[in-house]
Amino acid sequence: MNSPLTRRWVAFTTLLTREVRRFIRIWPQTLLPPAITMTLYFIIFGNLIGSRIGEMGGFSYMEYIAPGIIMMSVINNAYSNVASSFYSAKFQSHIEELLVAPVPNYLILAGYVAGGTARGLCVGLIVTIVSLFFTSIEIQHLFITISMVVLSAIMFALGGFINAIYARSFDEISIIPTFILTPMTYLGGVFYSISLLPEFWQNVSLLNPILYMVNAFRFGMLGVSDIPIAIAFVIILICITTLTSFALYLLNKGTGLRN
Amino acid sequence: MKALSITNLTKTYANGFAALKGIQLTVEQGDFFALLGPNGAGKSTTIGVITSLVTKSSGQVSVFDSNIDDNPEVAKSFIGLVPQEFNFNGFEQVKHILITQAGYYGMPAKEAEPRADELLHQLGLWDKRHTAARALSGGMKRRLMIARALVHKPKLLILDEPTAGVDIELRRSMWTFLEDINQQGTTIILTTHYLEEAENLCRNIAIIDRGKIIENTDMKSLLNRLDKETFVLYLQHPLSADFALKDIRYQLIDDTTLEVEVNRDEGLNHLFSLLSQQNIEVCSMKNKANRLEELFISLVEKSEATL
Repeated sequence: MNSPLTRRWVAFTTLLTREVRRFIRIWPQTLLPPAITMTLYFIIFGNLIGSRIGEMGGFSYMEYIAPGIIMMSVINNAYSNVASSFYSAKFQSHIEELLVAPVPNYLILAGYVAGGTARGLCVGLIVTIVSLFFTSIEIQHLFITISMVVLSAIMFALGGFINAIYARSFDEISIIPTFILTPMTYLGGVFYSISLLPEFWQNVSLLNPILYMVNAFRFGMLGVSDIPIAIAFVIILICITTLTSFALYLLNKGTGLRN
Repeated sequence: MKALSITNLTKTYANGFAALKGIQLTVEQGDFFALLGPNGAGKSTTIGVITSLVTKSSGQVSVFDSNIDDNPEVAKSFIGLVPQEFNFNGFEQVKHILITQAGYYGMPAKEAEPRADELLHQLGLWDKRHTAARALSGGMKRRLMIARALVHKPKLLILDEPTAGVDIELRRSMWTFLEDINQQGTTIILTTHYLEEAENLCRNIAIIDRGKIIENTDMKSLLNRLDKETFVLYLQHPLSADFALKDIRYQLIDDTTLEVEVNRDEGLNHLFSLLSQQNIEVCSMKNKANRLEELFISLVEKSEATL
């Protein structure tokens, strides 16, 4: 008999492997669309429109938006992977395979979030490769770049998990990405510097956590940011802690899972 | 050692429905135990609580002396569950489902692979190991659920209506398989609507009705309580108009089929001597209903009458 620690590790890696296998198996739905969409962003915003905009923050418009587009794809995919996978497991009842097994709730959460993070990073890498066809990328601060993209993926994977716990239909896992996540991402400084906005809207933008992630990631890649980087890390760590605690509370309570 | 111990178990759902009203139940290690009851009696809720799929309102549940509240990981590791409804990911391959489930119980892939192969052979699923589960026939899906429940070698196997909708040939092969694993030491708890199945397989039995255990005994003692049995006799030739069986309750179904009620303490010899005296030849006979079925109905009716 393996030790409890080994058993838990095997359970975690099993869940992670299953999640990774799932998004690879359905790659035309998970990996291909972001590559196509982001290519269109680069062509339309970066190439066609960007060439008329000129420089932003001391970089060509294409260079300036590349980090934001990469981060946007990471956020969306980390979120939607967990939301759809966990909700499907509930819908098809195969979540019961996990609930009856000796897998603690924190490992269920960790497994799904790791799966979502893996997809977010995988798509981020694909979009980064796509961006190399349009612009050159020189990473200025490797640690900040990597840590910010990983933390952002974790944070939105947690968001997707909570969404899936509450969801009672497939419609309910698309409401938040459509009506909250996408507007917040577009208004989070992906395509512009908030210094272009009037002061009032600059202050409103500072309430958007995605602004901090996009800017910190951009700082890691280009060395420019609209906000202090330390604040970005503090905000994302607070968000991750809060979302983790809330997701564990829901799991322990059995919300949406146990009668 | 007790494989399962349930004390004062209650469950009241959010809508106020009391599904379990103080269940007391013990299942000994190595037993083949039947948990029977009409639809909505509380069987699946009880199983749900044991397997952590349903949150209990109060009471204690222990599996091999591990309390499900205090030591859930250990308690869960002893249990294998075959639920009533198919609950696997239909898009996954059969073998992946088994290896993944083993992994959740802490069994690494290199140990899980040979175990999965063994079960796939035993349950006749080897040829389908790379097939997506949704493409299996109904009977194969049932067998896949049994294989999945056994992949981590549980000490307690709980089967909730495992043979529902399964043809008789497959049902009988599943009975043989379950008897084998019980003989190898696995404790089995079975709920079923096929009372013949419970009578053939199980040594002990509990009957649950409206959230309460109304009977909990060994199968032999329960069947001994049956004081009358009804037999259907199929006759060689049509009965004459003046046919009569003195002191025996009977009715004619048609002119070659006779239904006879026999007291257990009288046996069948008296009946057959009466038939012989009248030169009536019996081709074949059968119990009108399964013996357990008759008892089950009478116990449930009695329980309802006391409400």
